[in-house]
Amino acid sequence: MDFNENLPIYMQIMNLIKSKMASGEINGGDKLPSVRELSKELRVNPNTIQRAYQELEREELVFTKRGMGTFATEDKQVIKSLRKDMAKGIVNKFFEDMSRLGFSSDEIKNIILEWLEKEDK
Amino acid sequence: MKNIVEIKNLTKKYSNKKALDNINLNIEEGKVVGILGPNGSGKTTLIKILVGLLRQTSGEVLIDGQRIGVYTKGVVSYLPDRNFLYKWMRIEDAMNLYKDFYSDFAEEKFNDILAFMNLDKSMKIDSLSKGMHEKLNLSLVLSRNAKLYILDEPIAGVDPVAREQILDAIINNYNDKSSMIITTHLVRDMESILDEVVFLKEGKIVLQGNAEELREEKGKQIDDIYKEVFGE
Repeated sequence: MDFNENLPIYMQIMNLIKSKMASGEINGGDKLPSVRELSKELRVNPNTIQRAYQELEREELVFTKRGMGTFATEDKQVIKSLRKDMAKGIVNKFFEDMSRLGFSSDEIKNIILEWLEKEDK
Repeated sequence: MKNIVEIKNLTKKYSNKKALDNINLNIEEGKVVGILGPNGSGKTTLIKILVGLLRQTSGEVLIDGQRIGVYTKGVVSYLPDRNFLYKWMRIEDAMNLYKDFYSDFAEEKFNDILAFMNLDKSMKIDSLSKGMHEKLNLSLVLSRNAKLYILDEPIAGVDPVAREQILDAIINNYNDKSSMIITTHLVRDMESILDEVVFLKEGKIVLQGNAEELREEKGKQIDDIYKEVFGE
């Protein structure tokens, strides 16, 4: 993985895990890789992975069982709002980009509708 | 947390030229610190003082609470930026040399790292490519159970595949009881494994801090900050 976004690496790792949780690649209650495993896999300092896990725990997306490791939350409500938040983020970015290109809300709406119609066929 | 390295007001002069100018740096246990700077910025001088090959002009340098000397040389494992093995040797001879010299050399660990690096004990030093040389040297250095590992330009002049193997070996052998100092000007490849970074310019520290905090504060990768600091 390339960490070339202008964000701290621990945040980029949090986003990676969040999107896996939102997409269902990681299910509620699944065990996450250990700090060491993920450090090797992503080629990132273990302290950085540790930080990412701590922050995810603070956001109640994961929890730790003493001596057993870190697990994805089993709370469906939390996953639901995570999905919603991520969707909002993507839509926000899309709208920002589009208005920077000079599209009005109506134009954007039409583009989306056209696109959806094409997708249906 | 305990400091493995403490450097206070360190200055090194070569006749009238200051190679290091009032350096202050503490390194905690379990941290990986990158000393970043172009050639001639003082990186190698700093390292040579830490390993006892040079003596400072003024200031204090402690490793594990001790002045540089017999004790500190025993707990520091150093990867120089040039080859240090004899040409007539095979890898096995190099291993035996290390075993004789360092009581903290762990042969099993060495065998594991060597296999990971796709090297074989029967290979002759003379026949190794630059990348293989670097991989062998690093295997020897990481196989000691040291308190401080000092890696001087571990990936310079090495092909991308060997580079990845070297980074993997460094990560795989990380432990939270020892610290690591890595000098490099190849920031892009190294930055994700560094806890702290120190920017050294003409013998002075111009910027230092936690890598993640710097990324957050500046909204940039360390590589970009590096280009900014040393660009013009």
